[in-house]
Amino acid sequence: MKLRITLAVAHRVLTQLRRDPRTVAMLLALPCLLISLLWWIYNDADPQLFDRIGPALLAIFPVIVMFLVTSVTTLRERSTGTLERLLAMPMGKLDFLVGYALAFGLVAAVQSVLAVAVSVGLLGLDVAGPLWLLTVVAVVDAVLGSALGLFVSAFARTEFQAVQFMPAIVIPQLLLCGLLVPRELLPDFLHAVSDVLPLSYAVDAMQHLTTSATTAEVWKDVAVVAGFAVAGLALGAATLRRRTP
Amino acid sequence: MVVGLCTARQARGMPDNPLPGRGSVRIIQHMMKNAVEIRDLHVVRGVHTVLERLDLTIGGGVTGLLGPSGCGKSTLMRCLVGVQQVRGGTVEIFGRPAGSRPLRDRVGYVTQAVSVYHDLTVAENLRFFARVLGTDREEVGRAIEAVDLQDYRNDVVGRLSGGQQSRASLAVALLDKPDLLVLDEPTVGLDPVLREDLWSLFHRLAADGVAVFVSSHVMDEAERCDRLLLMREGRIIADGTPAEIKARVGVDDVESAFLAIVREDAA
Repeated sequence: MKLRITLAVAHRVLTQLRRDPRTVAMLLALPCLLISLLWWIYNDADPQLFDRIGPALLAIFPVIVMFLVTSVTTLRERSTGTLERLLAMPMGKLDFLVGYALAFGLVAAVQSVLAVAVSVGLLGLDVAGPLWLLTVVAVVDAVLGSALGLFVSAFARTEFQAVQFMPAIVIPQLLLCGLLVPRELLPDFLHAVSDVLPLSYAVDAMQHLTTSATTAEVWKDVAVVAGFAVAGLALGAATLRRRTP
Repeated sequence: MVVGLCTARQARGMPDNPLPGRGSVRIIQHMMKNAVEIRDLHVVRGVHTVLERLDLTIGGGVTGLLGPSGCGKSTLMRCLVGVQQVRGGTVEIFGRPAGSRPLRDRVGYVTQAVSVYHDLTVAENLRFFARVLGTDREEVGRAIEAVDLQDYRNDVVGRLSGGQQSRASLAVALLDKPDLLVLDEPTVGLDPVLREDLWSLFHRLAADGVAVFVSSHVMDEAERCDRLLLMREGRIIADGTPAEIKARVGVDDVESAFLAIVREDAA
């Protein structure tokens, strides 16, 4: 792995994003708007519920958004031949993957700073732990989303198929991560399943952060999410073949 | 122009004297080894045998690979850059296995598709690939000039014409002075003037010591190759200078020669 090449990939991905202001606007504004919408929905009926769901959303958005963006963009690299060209050059697979993770991690950082600012500043979300750690968790979540997206892009032939992996891979995690029902209240079997899904730990980390000032639990959850992300990247690397049939 | 002079030398399979400025190491490598040595290459894709027990060496000069679409040209080219899964046989480039690490900045490759980023400008694309190759930024300007895209360097590739897009893709392969250029139908969709320019460029590069391997299905381009390989159903059915190939079947254009040889082969 060479830093020069990794940074070249990250720089290129960010330049491509800059060329697409509509996508950037959606990436940055949509999470803020959706969180605001949710706050509004619960504002009259059950204001406390927002304090439970808000943190979960801060964990979920980066995963979903980066999953979609990464699976579609890497699929495009595979289908236009740029990936084949890069792999015929002195490009390590990790240079490619880490370059993508860096670029999207940066986008996720900006995205989460905005979402946290809106949630805490405008919508009155209470955060007991340090705010900066909230951003760290969001960035790790985004890398997880990128890693998963990268992995599934190997199994999709078209961009349409890649988008269909969203309901297959992300929505089950969304249902079981504690967003709808706290994980302790899930039936035993589903609780056990939720224990092996990365998004559960991402949401746990955010919930710890908002309810308690101690950070040890948070770092443990972050480590689990990071572990899943690394495993995803490794699986993704395995799907990047220099030689194809 | 030096083109006429060097092609005659290369037609005899001789590596040409590089122009001043090329390293002497390169000359020695070319004299000692063929650029490409393929032995017993066997490639199967799905249920189809694409390349069957292929033996081939490619030296300096411009070598053209001609044949109908689906005959295995692209597969053979993918083997040379080491991105094709092969069933058997060996492909060596400058004495090393195709696709191995030391070769990756010595072999320039243009796929049939326009493999550059459509949402970046010509210059941004080249700067990115130049950074991947670790070559200096002057190379970017040189490559853009070589394919005559100076006026479009700050235009987004997606908004260029098809011919301009494929030239942008070709420019990437010219970065970092490769020793072997593998070009899969680089002149498709280009107008005659541009095709002429590109063929002159290929000969200039060959004169400069680069082994150029070009595929095409346009027969009039065949006349411009130093050595011609005719391919059909995964086999090389004729190999020689355009003059030799025409003389073999006693016709005076490559297209008729190709048809005659195919009939001979099928019989």
